[in-house]
Formats: sequence, C-alpha cells, structure tokens
Amino acid sequence: MSRSDWEIVIGLEIHAQLNTSAKIFSGASAAFGAQPNVQASAVDIALPGVLPVLNRGVVERAIRFGLALGSHIAPKSVFARKNYFYPDLPKGYQISQFEFPVVQGGIITVQVGEGESAYEKPIRLTRAHLEEDAGKSIHEDFRGMSGIDLNRAGTPLLEIVSEPDMRSSAEAVAYARAMHALVRWIDICDGNMQEGSFRCDANVSVRKKGVEALGTRREIKNLNSFRFLQQAIDFEAGWQIETLEDGSWFEQATVLFDPTTGQTRMMRSKEDAHDYRYFPDPDLLPLVIEPGWVERVRASMPELPTAMKARFEQELCLSAQDASALTTSKETADYFQAAVAAAGTVHAKLCANWVMGELAACLNRAGLEIATAPVSPTQLAGLLLRIADGSISNAIARKVFEALWSGEGADADEIIEREGLKQVTDNSAIEAMVEEVIAANPKSVEEFRAGKEKALNALVGQVMKASRGKANPTQVNDLMRCKLN
Amino acid sequence: MTLAPLFDVPVSALRRALDEKEISSVELANLFLDRIDAFNPGLNAFITVDRERTLVEARAADRRIARNEAGPLTGIPLAHKDVFCTEGVLTTCASKMLSNFVSPYDAHVVSLLKRAGAVSLGKTNMDEFAMGSSSETSYYGPVNNPWKIGHVPGGSSGGSAAAVAARLAPIATGTDTGGSVRQPAAFCGITGIKPTYGLISRYGMVAYASSLDQGGAFGASAGDCALLLSAMAGFDMRDSTSLDRPVEDYAAEIGTPASDPARPLAGLTIGVPREFFSVGLGDETHASIEDALAQYRALGASVRDVSLPNTRFAIPAFYVIAMAEASSNLSRFDGVRYGYRATKYADLVDMYCKSRSEGFGAEVQRRILTGTFVLSHGYYDAYYLQAQKLRRLIAEDFRRAFSECDLVAGPAAPMTAWALGAMGDDPVQMYLADIYTTPVNLAGLPGLSHPCGFDAAGLPIGLQLIGNYFSEARLLTAAHRFQQVTNWHLHRPAPIARANA
Repeated sequence: MSRSDWEIVIGLEIHAQLNTSAKIFSGASAAFGAQPNVQASAVDIALPGVLPVLNRGVVERAIRFGLALGSHIAPKSVFARKNYFYPDLPKGYQISQFEFPVVQGGIITVQVGEGESAYEKPIRLTRAHLEEDAGKSIHEDFRGMSGIDLNRAGTPLLEIVSEPDMRSSAEAVAYARAMHALVRWIDICDGNMQEGSFRCDANVSVRKKGVEALGTRREIKNLNSFRFLQQAIDFEAGWQIETLEDGSWFEQATVLFDPTTGQTRMMRSKEDAHDYRYFPDPDLLPLVIEPGWVERVRASMPELPTAMKARFEQELCLSAQDASALTTSKETADYFQAAVAAAGTVHAKLCANWVMGELAACLNRAGLEIATAPVSPTQLAGLLLRIADGSISNAIARKVFEALWSGEGADADEIIEREGLKQVTDNSAIEAMVEEVIAANPKSVEEFRAGKEKALNALVGQVMKASRGKANPTQVNDLMRCKLN
Repeated sequence: MTLAPLFDVPVSALRRALDEKEISSVELANLFLDRIDAFNPGLNAFITVDRERTLVEARAADRRIARNEAGPLTGIPLAHKDVFCTEGVLTTCASKMLSNFVSPYDAHVVSLLKRAGAVSLGKTNMDEFAMGSSSETSYYGPVNNPWKIGHVPGGSSGGSAAAVAARLAPIATGTDTGGSVRQPAAFCGITGIKPTYGLISRYGMVAYASSLDQGGAFGASAGDCALLLSAMAGFDMRDSTSLDRPVEDYAAEIGTPASDPARPLAGLTIGVPREFFSVGLGDETHASIEDALAQYRALGASVRDVSLPNTRFAIPAFYVIAMAEASSNLSRFDGVRYGYRATKYADLVDMYCKSRSEGFGAEVQRRILTGTFVLSHGYYDAYYLQAQKLRRLIAEDFRRAFSECDLVAGPAAPMTAWALGAMGDDPVQMYLADIYTTPVNLAGLPGLSHPCGFDAAGLPIGLQLIGNYFSEARLLTAAHRFQQVTNWHLHRPAPIARANA
C-alpha cells in the first residue's frame, strides 16, 4: 500500500466578515483595531433586557454572494441560537442560522494549478449563512487572568460551507483563493486575513480509492493563510493515511494547526463536542427576502469574473490564460479595463502584456497592490500608445515607465519630450548615421559582404548606439542592408 | 357621602386635582411614599424605593404642569415591576443574581412613561425572573396579599398588583408571560391587562420567555389601565417583534358613549369556553364568574358557548416553550460582566457553576435545567417541536372561537389566593394554576382580568376577558361598562387601603 492508494476528501467552511460599518445586530461600529471594548454597545455586551435588530446591509451582502454563485436565496430563513458558555460570548449563545440558511446551494468553478497541468474544477456549495462573531479572549497580557475584548462581538459573518468536493490541498487552496477573490470582487468582505476577516476551517478525511463512503473526518480550525491551509491539510491527510496504514484508527475530532511545527493537534474529540441546543431565536422574526429585494441587488451586481473572462476572450481577443490572469482580482481587472478604455480596444493585448508583465513585476518588487500603483491606467495607456504608433521602442518604453513610476513626469509624452526619447524615423537622419557607421567599421562591412550575416547586427547595433536607442531599428536594418548591397 | 381619599381615586381624578392645582405632584408623590413607608414592611411589595429620585421627578412634573404642558400621566405616581431596566436604579428581577445590578439604561416602557411625566415611586417585588405564579420565589422574600396577610398576591407581578390593591401606587407596570398580570390582578382584586404580543416594546424588559413575554398594566379600574396602557404602547425599532401601528387612545375609546345607554354592550357576543369550567375550577370562583356573565348579559351582551378543545395542552406546551427560551435567555447571567459572581472558585467552569448555583434560586434553576433538557440533542423534536405544534393548535382554537364571538370570558385562575407556602414542594401543582392564562400568551392575544367577586375567606375573584388581536379597546370598554354598573372594583382591603398613612 502507498499513499497513492488513498483519496483525500476535503470540505471547507469559510468565515468571511461582511464589510458593513455597523454590527449585525447592533448599531456599534464593526471597524477593526479600536481600543478594547470601546465598540461594545449595550446589545453587544448583552446587558439584561437588550434585544437584537438585524442590520439589513448584512442581508444584502448575503444576497450578493448567493447571486454570484447561482445559489437559491431563501425567501424565508431563520436565525437560531447556538448555546454555549464562554466568557467572550456575552449572551451565552451565538445568533446564527441553522436549519434554514439564507443562501442554499450554488457552484464555483476554480482553476487548479498553472501552465500545462492546470485544470478547472467545479466545487459545490452546501450553504452560506449569516451569524455574529464572538469577542476575543486575551490570555497573554494579564497574569493569572484573562482579558475580554467585546469589540468583535456581533461583527457580521457569512459562513460559507462547501460540499466535500476537493481532493487535494491544491484544490482546497484554489477554492479558498477563488472565494477570497470573489467576496472582494462583489465587495462584501475586505478579505484581510491578518485581521481575521477571512478564515478557513478544513474538514479532512481519507478513503481508499474506489471506496464511496467517506472516512472519519477531522476538522482543522481557524486557518488564516493559504499557506497554512495547504500545510495543515497536507500534514493532516498524511497523518490520517499513516495512522490507518499502521492498522490504527482515530475518531472524529476538532484539531488545531500549529504553524511553528507544521503539525495538527487535537483540540477536542467528538465526545467533548458541545450540544449547542439550537432553536429559533424568538427575539428575531424569520428573515423574509422579497423577490423585489433580490432583483434590486441583482441590478447592482458588478460583472462577475467568469462573465468578464469570457468577454475578454471574445471582445478583446485575449487568450484564455490572459483573460483568466486579468480576472483573478477585481482590482487587476479594474486597472486593465481602465487602461484599455484609455488606449482603445485595439491595443488590449498590449495592455494585457504590460499589466501582467512590467506593471506586475514592479508592483511585486515594491510590495504594492495594483489599486495603489504609482502609474495610473491612463498613464500606462499613454505610454502604450507611443509604442503602438512607433514613437518609442519597447526598450525605451520601459525607461519611460520607470520614470512614470518614480513620478518624474505627468505622462509619457512629457517624459519622452523632455528626455528626447522619441524614436528617430527621419530617413535622412538615419541614413547619415548608417553611412557614418559604415565608414568607421570597414572590417565588419568586409565580413558582411563576405557572407557573414552576423556582421550586419553589429553594424546595426552601432547605429542604435549612436542614436542612443532612438533610431527605429527596422528602418536602420533596412537602410544598412540597402547601403551594403 | 364621604369623599374618597386622594390615594384612592381614579387617575382621571388625580389628573384634575393636579391640573386644578389642588395638589402638587410632589405632594402626591409624598402621599404615596408615606403609604409605602407605612405599609410596605407588611406587604413587601417594593424592592427599591428612592424618595429623593421620586421627588426630583415630581418636581419636574410640577414645572411641566405649571407650563400647562401636562399629558394624561404627567405628575401621576406609578410603580414599575423590577423586571424593567431603570437607568441609575437597582434592577434586580428579584434575584440575587442581579442584586447588585444598576441598569445604565431605561427600558422603552420606562422611558415612554418618563417622557409622559409619570413619577416613578420605585420597583416592585416579583417572582425571581418572573418565574412563578405567587411572588414567593423572590430573593427579597415573598409578597403578601393586602386582602389577607399570609396569602400570596399571585405572580409573577405580585408586587405591582399588591401595591395597586393596597393603594401604595395608583397604577403599576407588570409583565405577563403566562398570566403574570391577569392572575395577580385577580388575586388582588384589581384590573390588569396584557395586550397583544408586540404592542409594548420588550426592550429593557429582562427576558424570561421572549416569544411569550409582554408588558402589561395594573390599575384599580379599566379606566386607569386604559390610561397606562396607551402610555406604554408604541412601536420601538429596538425590538424586532414590536408592531408598527399607531398608538390608540384607549381612555378616549372607552369613554365613547354607548348608542343604547340602557344596554351599552348590545351587539357584543361573549363566548364562554366550556373547557374553562371543567374539573379543578373552584365552586366559589365558578359561581362568581356565572354572576358576572349574567351581568354582562344584563348590559346587553349575548353570551354563548364556544370551544377551545386544545386548552388541556396549554400547560405542557407553555412550560416547554417558556423553559426552553428561559434556559437560553438566562445564559447571559454568567458572573463575567455584571451581576453576582461567586467569591471562591477553582477555574472558569467552577466560576460559572458556583455563580449560577448561588445566584439563582431553586425555581429558576429548575426551569433552566428543564429548558436545557427539552432543547437537548435527541429531545428537541419530542418536546420543543411538539410544543410549537400545540401552540399553533391553541392559536387555531381561538381563531375559530373569534369567528363565533367578539370576546372570550372565563375565570382568570381556578382558585383564589392561596396561603404562602401552601403549594409546598410541588411546582407542577402551581404550574397547573396557569391553565386559563397561558393559552392567551401562546396565541399572542390580549387578555384582561377584572374583579367580579370574593370567596368566603374574603379573597378576590377575577374574570378574564380574552380578545382577538388588537382588540384592547374592546376589552377595556367591556370591562369599563361592567365597572360602571358594579362595584367589585371599588372594594378595598381593610385596613390597609382604607387607612391613611
């Protein structure tokens, strides 16, 4: 037996914090990073007698999500109480959705891998439901005591539950990345993983290939980076396979991933699992979503990445790979579309090359996001138009781009003009330079005439050097050949 | 004819006296505060009385009256059940758990009444967290029935009912989850109304069973209840179950003259559910109810039999739902952020266990445990879901009944006030006493109780009127017309309510 005899089965639960300014059931601010407990209202700290009131902005975001995945938006869904005691859970229960979630079903097709081995995989959604987050327990700062910060208590979450459709950590990461891009694309979540706005739980089980029944699963809690997601799943699946291969067994459990050791460890077994005693929250009416509300939200939806990708291929004649790369994030797509709008659609391919090439490389080096790129789409378009009309070569264009990046000019034309970078296309001027070079390099001329093609390149190079790169290389080549023959 | 003392006149008479400057709000407040000082030690109707705070409110009311800006309740003293949060004032729910809790905010009802200029005399005693039918489970000791010391005033709003009956307050707020306004009103010989679920905001009313809890009003008469209810009602966006509809002026509605003064209730059909007159109903209560129904007939109403066949399921359905919700609602009392915390504990779980075991009384713990059980995995369907089905059947019973009649009438309770401790260690026996009141909460309907007689021991008997949704005006009008031709509501427990402080 070996590892290849086993199939890994993964389902993900993603908690996406919805980007409303207020909390889900109170008017307190949901912003991150305030002093402890200053954003905890009477409702958030669960004073006696307070009641929750649903923030409709949260519902709208759930509708957006459901529409993006082709899910069923439940006309009536129900908030339930999940009962358990913990100091950072002020009411002693979390308001969530249980039997009747707001978003039901749906599908997302994700691109797994790159290049030759890349493939597309559809992943089904089980559901997505609305719930409130708990507060935070702080154990480090108080000797022998714990601090409780209730700023986070009541921040709105969308819990996105997938079917166990993923078969490798790579697929799980591809799915998580696609979801991460999507929630930002439709502007319902800021996706900030460091601040916990987007976090994953992975349910992992293994089974012999060909076996239909699912194996015993263990749930890895609170993975807040794609790298940890991958490492945790790889370790956990390996551990499960080894354990079973050894003839041993394990029970259903919740585990934690320790990034420092790269290992998962048991948090609680099934026996220790809480009985959450779910029941419909009598303080909240069933959530009724009228068809008109869904239609209003639908009308406000941005073009989705899949539709945009198809459009890029059809209307802009981009390759599938280019179209896919340009729609990995809303920001990239926005930038690209703005550049194309300024440069004209005939230059779409040139825009694509530069956005994914020079721009991406510079952003990467500088550690910047495309939304804050120092070169605006309009500036880039201006530059690309000068390449297209033959005013500058690609090599010169890169210099101009660098100048734009460091703010040395308002637009490409200004820099080209100021630095005198405009390509020399005047035939007589180039002819003069060609003649000079021929006169100064009799040896190379001799070699070329003797049939050595390579000598021509050297001569052309001399002309280009003399023109400081500005001479049109094609023209130089043609003239040189003409003069020598 | 001797004039009734000022502590024993309708609110409308107090209004006139204040407006005519015959008395100031401060004087009126002092009158009742003095009566509380004199008689509360024997009754234990109040948990908190803050004379200074009351007088500050009364002085503000006097200024408002002087500016001719008085509303119907400006300067009128009242008492709040200690389940309503009151800013800066102890709000205990009669529990050790909240014995140190000073609320930083006002309940919606409290702020409405403050804005109306009503003057709060204090917070009244009750069953702990409103869990009980006798006001005996209070951490602050049991409340006595002013009609007979040593007997219960009913519950859970027993303190408010006793205070109004003993004229320690002209009117008082209460809450009614399964009869907690109507039954103590009956036991104390006063009028009490619980409106349609959602009419009064629950914001700031400490929750027992959220889907059943509803604020209510106590007064000596339907007229006094009408004034208080109008002031308590109204949409509140902070309560998702609050109903967005205009507030009615019930006092004006009941004051509308009848078209046929000789038969002022002509055209009204009163349904009498035969299930309310079965085994368990005391003979004296039965007789008084029959007499009252005869009186309603004399007023022009037609009385007919109706059936509420699922009445027998009301008690089990009610207690399953109420305890389930209570077990969750009371989870916030964990000793972490406010309220009672045990002084010695080993770890977190021990802190929870000790704080809650020491902070909650026996009945509250019983209901939390039972509620936790019925919601547990494997039992939920058998108990909670079944109870919800019964709840729908009971509501359906009423829907059918109201296609045949305008109001349903019957006893508010099967018996009169029992002696303190008489129910002993049998909680179920006490739960069964809620047989006539709990169906109304399960259906979310309005219900009213008004006095209609006395038993041989001199303890009051109450008639319950149940209306369709939003029929508060009709309920109050019927009771008002009854009270215009009867004097059961004018009887007062001697010697307390007859004596000056």
